Amino acid sequence: MIAIINYGVGNLYSLQCSLAYLGLPSQITSDAAEIERADQVILPGVGAFGDAAEKLAALGLDRAVQTAAAAGKPLLGICLGMQLLFETGLEYGVHKGLGLLPGVVSPMEPDLPSPLRLPQIGWNALRIRKETPLLRYVSEGEFVYYVHSYYAKTGPAYILADSEYGVQVPGVVGRGNVFGCQFHPEKSGDVGLRILKAFAEL
Amino acid sequence: MITKRIIPCLDVRNGRVVKGVNFEGIRDVADPVEMARFYNESGADELVFYDITASYEDRSIFTGVLKRVASQVFIPLTVGGGIASVEDFDRVLKCGADKVSVNSGALKNPALIEEAAKKYGNQCVVLSMDVKRVDGQFRVFAKGGRVDTGLDALEWAVRGVALGAGEIVVNSIDTDGVRKGFDLPLLEAIAERVSVPIVASGGAGSKEHFAELFAKVPAVDAGLAAGIFHEKLVTIPELKRYLAAQGISVRLPAREENA
Repeated sequence: MIAIINYGVGNLYSLQCSLAYLGLPSQITSDAAEIERADQVILPGVGAFGDAAEKLAALGLDRAVQTAAAAGKPLLGICLGMQLLFETGLEYGVHKGLGLLPGVVSPMEPDLPSPLRLPQIGWNALRIRKETPLLRYVSEGEFVYYVHSYYAKTGPAYILADSEYGVQVPGVVGRGNVFGCQFHPEKSGDVGLRILKAFAEL
Repeated sequence: MITKRIIPCLDVRNGRVVKGVNFEGIRDVADPVEMARFYNESGADELVFYDITASYEDRSIFTGVLKRVASQVFIPLTVGGGIASVEDFDRVLKCGADKVSVNSGALKNPALIEEAAKKYGNQCVVLSMDVKRVDGQFRVFAKGGRVDTGLDALEWAVRGVALGAGEIVVNSIDTDGVRKGFDLPLLEAIAERVSVPIVASGGAGSKEHFAELFAKVPAVDAGLAAGIFHEKLVTIPELKRYLAAQGISVRLPAREENA
């Protein structure tokens, strides 16, 4: 069973539908005990970093996610959920993340060459940087759907795949059993479904 | 590299897809779930659903359609039509919408853009505007293009983005349904003034029109059309192959990329 963490941030319906489509049982939950019982954990999220980190902490779910990660459970952060895995977020102030991956989530705007628009909205090609079981069904250059204005600044060791948008955007990050996708696998058509399938098999 | 998006638009009334020509003379085309599946398989990058239901009671039919689409089609879904409050955002987001497009509702109450952007993030709020030339000015029209608001379209675009809109759909009433090409001067004028992604709508009649759009106004990120796709005058795989051959970056199906 895959636990989808519900902390009042974002659209969980599509994510649950995509897992159901793959025949994977999932449970939307805010219950730490249920997260502990799950085989895999997904941390979704859209919106602002600080607000989301606060909501997660208010429900005690920051601890639940950290515990799951420490227990070696496969964990997948999606979009803002991926950003929360890092140490710090710089969206409307300086906010503390979950600290499961080293790095800072920073605005793309000062780093972009001028002609590119923000947010980055649309399909961008994945360049695979490291072999990882999460991308075992994905080929180099396949497209995934991004919607974001902030990106993770982290060491190359943690970037499993990236996309180019004026800057190198870490598309898939990870260390051990902790993974994150900046794009939305649940909205990336067949490619995204293959990533979710691989995650469920971890 | 980011790709240009091709977006079919489905107007839904009473659970069925319809398409107006110049916003009049609506014809029934097909089942929205079937069409969404078809377009997903054809390589559409996103789908837009406009709820053109007349009465409040019929809204549940629309959200039912949306739920069924979201459970089978895993590409971004934008929903518009009759969005007047944050509660309306909530209603469609819960049923699988990823982005919500506001038009008349935001004209009536611009604070809606700000409120929704704060609650759901800028990326969720799409400002859709129907624009027509009046006395040499680009003027915003409300109520499905029927009412001249007197507002300058360029100013409204700037204001909408300042309030928190993360994307703008620019629909030209002058070119809509005529199928002689997108309204390039209008799109260029708006793209110069705002930095969020812009979706062009109104006027596509052939694949060449999309190529002309992306080549002449490179700041435009996406092209939206309805009738030409529904009537299969242009198919999306054919359109994307054509654009790729013109050097325009598009998302092609994996089978073709590998070929």
